[in-house]
Amino acid sequence: MVPVDIDIDHVARLARLELSPEERDRLRVQLSLILEHAAKVGEVATADVQPTASPIPRPMVLRPDVPTPSLGPEEALANAPEREDDRFRVPRIVEVE
Amino acid sequence: MSADELCDLRASELRSRLVRGEVSTVEIVESCLHRIEAVEGRVRAFLTPTPDVARAQAEAVAELARSDSSTVAGIPIALKDVLTTRGIRTTCASRILETYVPPYDCTAWARLSAAGSVLLGKTNCDEFAMGSSNENSAYGPVHNPWNLETVPGGSSGGSAAAVAAGEAVWALGTDTGGSVRQPAALCGVVGLKPTYGLISRYGLIAFASSLDTVGTFTRSVRDAAMLLSVLSGRDPMDATSLDHPGGDYTAALTGDVRGLRVGVVREAFGEGVEPGVRQAVQQAIERLEGLGASIGEASLPHTDYALSAYYLIAPSECSSNLARYDGVRYGLRVAGEDSVEMMMRTRGAGFGPEVKRRIMLGTYALSAGYYEAYYGQAQKVRTLVIRDYERAFETYDVLVSPTSPTTAFRIGERTDDPLAMYLSDVFTIPANLAGVPAISIPCGLDERGLPVGFQLTAPALGEELLLRVADALERELALDLVPELLRA
Repeated sequence: MVPVDIDIDHVARLARLELSPEERDRLRVQLSLILEHAAKVGEVATADVQPTASPIPRPMVLRPDVPTPSLGPEEALANAPEREDDRFRVPRIVEVE
Repeated sequence: MSADELCDLRASELRSRLVRGEVSTVEIVESCLHRIEAVEGRVRAFLTPTPDVARAQAEAVAELARSDSSTVAGIPIALKDVLTTRGIRTTCASRILETYVPPYDCTAWARLSAAGSVLLGKTNCDEFAMGSSNENSAYGPVHNPWNLETVPGGSSGGSAAAVAAGEAVWALGTDTGGSVRQPAALCGVVGLKPTYGLISRYGLIAFASSLDTVGTFTRSVRDAAMLLSVLSGRDPMDATSLDHPGGDYTAALTGDVRGLRVGVVREAFGEGVEPGVRQAVQQAIERLEGLGASIGEASLPHTDYALSAYYLIAPSECSSNLARYDGVRYGLRVAGEDSVEMMMRTRGAGFGPEVKRRIMLGTYALSAGYYEAYYGQAQKVRTLVIRDYERAFETYDVLVSPTSPTTAFRIGERTDDPLAMYLSDVFTIPANLAGVPAISIPCGLDERGLPVGFQLTAPALGEELLLRVADALERELALDLVPELLRA
């Protein structure tokens, strides 16, 4: 089987995950080994097989559109790393000219 | 120390004594707290013990515990720390949730609490329930009461060890690929993974949503049936919970297995299965035959492929579910110049090596150009695994196998080899992929004196049958298992 060559930096960016150089090197080797094993799924002939997303299929469940009690602002914000009034405070999201 | 204190008794026995007025909830809770004090320094089963909560609840439920209207009232329990508890820290054994205090209860605990259960604390586990040895906890490993130098299994290792050591009478865990059954096997207790959707997962902090289930750790099959009777049933808060009435599962425990067709899974006796495991499991199968069950050979031909499919599906779902830890609404935040840098630093600092490995694996498997070859193909293999079970259950009522290829292994032995660690779950993973119920019960000890788990599997919603067979075998084996820790 061909070893899988993974662009670790690209995947880490997609996953929003900062990795140290050591972590990158270790993951490159480990992910390649795991994916080699996982690629076994490709050995099974599945041309006429439907994929399964959920083991016990249920139709889409809807509940009546009736308001029920939910968390108030204080409870919802109680775990916030940073808040401003009744809002979550975050660093800059868009570039400022 | 001896293993015959209140905290070592089965819940069914304690319930009888409570109803007869021979013992009080306070006495049972104090017995557990006393045991925790005595052994916890060596076992490390708990991340957050809650003795004050336990004492207050013991007083509050005293009257309910004396009535016979509830099967769980007055019996103290430990909860895996991936199940949310209102006002009580819930960490998922991760740095990223080190200070997280949920504003709501998971449905499983809400139901138990309403029925008079008493909370002893939150148990250690692999970070976000990812692992098979409990070594992936950010707060250190759990030690197996049968041999403190070995792992308790995982991911629900703390719950399994707590029940084995008498620190809790019973416990809840979660099972995504074997995380209840495998630690139950390695710690010599009973571990039940019910049908996908039978127990609500509201408040179970998600790892792999198409596989996650809440499961139980108990000292007997009857105790598992008692817990399940309270936990099962539809919950409007969980869209995947089944329209199933639940009910009294202890009524199924007739002890009669005559004429039942038991299929021995051929693929679960290949190389890699330790001789001690093979021998104990085969002896248990002979005892089942002696009880009047008819034994035959069954086959789940896609067992090997199931493992590969699992290690694509679970990480893929994990990478999606764990995207919510972004340092914005709760949990750790590490400062950054802008939001993206803040998120990357937060996640880099907050997640441990195994969680990072699975997030990366899942992100890769779902990324453009690879989706069909990995995730798409794994979902098709999942269909074939389900067909394997459907075919096997045409011939057999239940399937049996070892729970795990090995007994407890040494701490540190497999940490450098993720693939060897993943193989711990080769016999438990197929039931998660298919959503069917399975249970592990102890069936003996290997040559090193470590417990061996016997797995039974039934068709979806076949819990009554599963528990009936497991209970009959448990009674027939009549094992008296006392971990080394309690023998001194």
